[in-house]
Amino acid sequence: MRRAPYLSSFIILLLALLLSIAIGSVFIPLDEMWNVLRGAGDETFASIIWKIRLPRTVLVALTGAALGISGTSYQGLFRNPLADPYLIGVASGAGLGAVIAMSIQWPYSFWGLMAVPLTAFITALLTVSVVYAIARIGHTVPTTNLILAGVAISSFAASLTSFLMLRSTNEVRRALGWLLGGSIQGGWTPILAILPFLIIGVTVLLFNGHALNLLQFGDDQAQQLGLNVTRRRALILTAASLITATAVSFSGIIGFIGLIVPHLMRLWSGADYRRLLPLSLLGGASALLISDVIARVALAPQEIPVGIVTALAGAPFFLWVLRRSKNQGYW
Amino acid sequence: MLKIQNLSLFYSQRQILHDIDLEVRSGEVLALIGPNGAGKSSLIRAVSGIVPVRAGRITFNGHDFLRQSATQRARSIAVVPQATSLPAAFTVLETVLLGRTPYLNFLGQASSADEQIARSSLERVDALHLSDRYVGEISGGEQQRILLARALAQQTPMLLLDEPTTHLDIQHQSALLNLITAQAHECNLAVLMVVHDLNLAALYADRVALLEHGRMRAVGTPADILNEKTLKPIYGVDLNIVQHPDYLIPLIFPERRVVA
Repeated sequence: MRRAPYLSSFIILLLALLLSIAIGSVFIPLDEMWNVLRGAGDETFASIIWKIRLPRTVLVALTGAALGISGTSYQGLFRNPLADPYLIGVASGAGLGAVIAMSIQWPYSFWGLMAVPLTAFITALLTVSVVYAIARIGHTVPTTNLILAGVAISSFAASLTSFLMLRSTNEVRRALGWLLGGSIQGGWTPILAILPFLIIGVTVLLFNGHALNLLQFGDDQAQQLGLNVTRRRALILTAASLITATAVSFSGIIGFIGLIVPHLMRLWSGADYRRLLPLSLLGGASALLISDVIARVALAPQEIPVGIVTALAGAPFFLWVLRRSKNQGYW
Repeated sequence: MLKIQNLSLFYSQRQILHDIDLEVRSGEVLALIGPNGAGKSSLIRAVSGIVPVRAGRITFNGHDFLRQSATQRARSIAVVPQATSLPAAFTVLETVLLGRTPYLNFLGQASSADEQIARSSLERVDALHLSDRYVGEISGGEQQRILLARALAQQTPMLLLDEPTTHLDIQHQSALLNLITAQAHECNLAVLMVVHDLNLAALYADRVALLEHGRMRAVGTPADILNEKTLKPIYGVDLNIVQHPDYLIPLIFPERRVVA
């Protein structure tokens, strides 16, 4: 894997994509899939693939990719192997927004369907802005302040969320489902909604691999080597937070992808962020696709929220990574 | 040539540097000495542009240094920090290549010319054989040499060094300092070096600047500055100063007081 990380990642992604299109309440074998994609397949299969499987697959892949690259960026920015995209409040902010939107009974018009994601997106970004503003001292935003403010605001938002859930008991189950990460449905509309933000955010991050390498030496050395540290960190933080907010607004809070995928890719291809960033796009997509497949089949016909799968699989995996990282030359 | 005029530095309300005047000429090694807390590291940080300066001017070859962008500053001055907690997962070559940052395009792509410069810098510090090793695997002395190589790869007319020999044994100390003085004299670099060890300052510096409580107390040759009369009031300890038998420089020892 060390020798051809891109190739291996692409192959794994391809397999994951095929798996995701094939598996569900109706199993679609490979040749039927190929027929449908060519335009000559069985009508039922075509309907399933174009209306359900493919949009879901694409949304899951995009979400996983977003979480992967965002997690890598956060770990690079904070120089901390425990950093994940929810560190400074995106998740708790989005959760609060989602539950607020669910408590207000929108009629099922277009806005009804988009109400939850839209509100979640806005509150997620608002939360990050508040955290950033609190953490700022003059012209600089010290990392420690960001983390502390993030923890504080996240707790606050999370407790507000719990309070609201207790008060509107009919919506609790729906809220829980969303908070655990799932309910990934809705055809092609969500994809069209998130694509512009993802493209912008991912492009910005991919151009900042060298900057992230420099930042590993500390703000002082990075500045002395010619990086405008304050500006770059703000840029990377904004792009990563934007991507994360976009991802969670439709898919809910899916944990561990943003935490584990960077470590996996680091183990496989080293610490250079110019490689890590694109690889964590591919790795994140694959990881979430596979988790989503498991979520669909493990207790079929019932679907487990995918956030539960990632946590159940992610936690032991994370412990394994932790044990391995005691060796040097890894982080 | 670096010219510092009327430099004053504050950390919040506390004044760290008072009205500092200093010149560092091309081709010379200027050692900055002084007691702990005098502000030596703060002066380095101010000159390298990472802390905002309250008052004063810093010009480099006539250009107003503080108004320049980070990239422009990085093409004029390279800093060799102390080798503490370097990222362990980068290779030596990758680390030295980062010294080429001020010359790379916005994608951060290093050309083969950049790689050649990095390798020749490694060769000058006698660390080329370490190119593919991980930074986490090499010794403290080797890490310090890598940081010097990175600064040399920046190809700047000036070097700032903050106690470059602190964690080095005597062999590596002398190797590093010999290298720095050779670079200064042969490549006409201006070198400003913070040192604690007065004898190293005596051995390797062309001039010495004495800083105390944020004020520049004296600037001159080692013979001018490193004498009992100048040093005792600053360091507050009795000193034995003898002439080195071969070189025309002072050797400085504190008085040994035997507690009865």
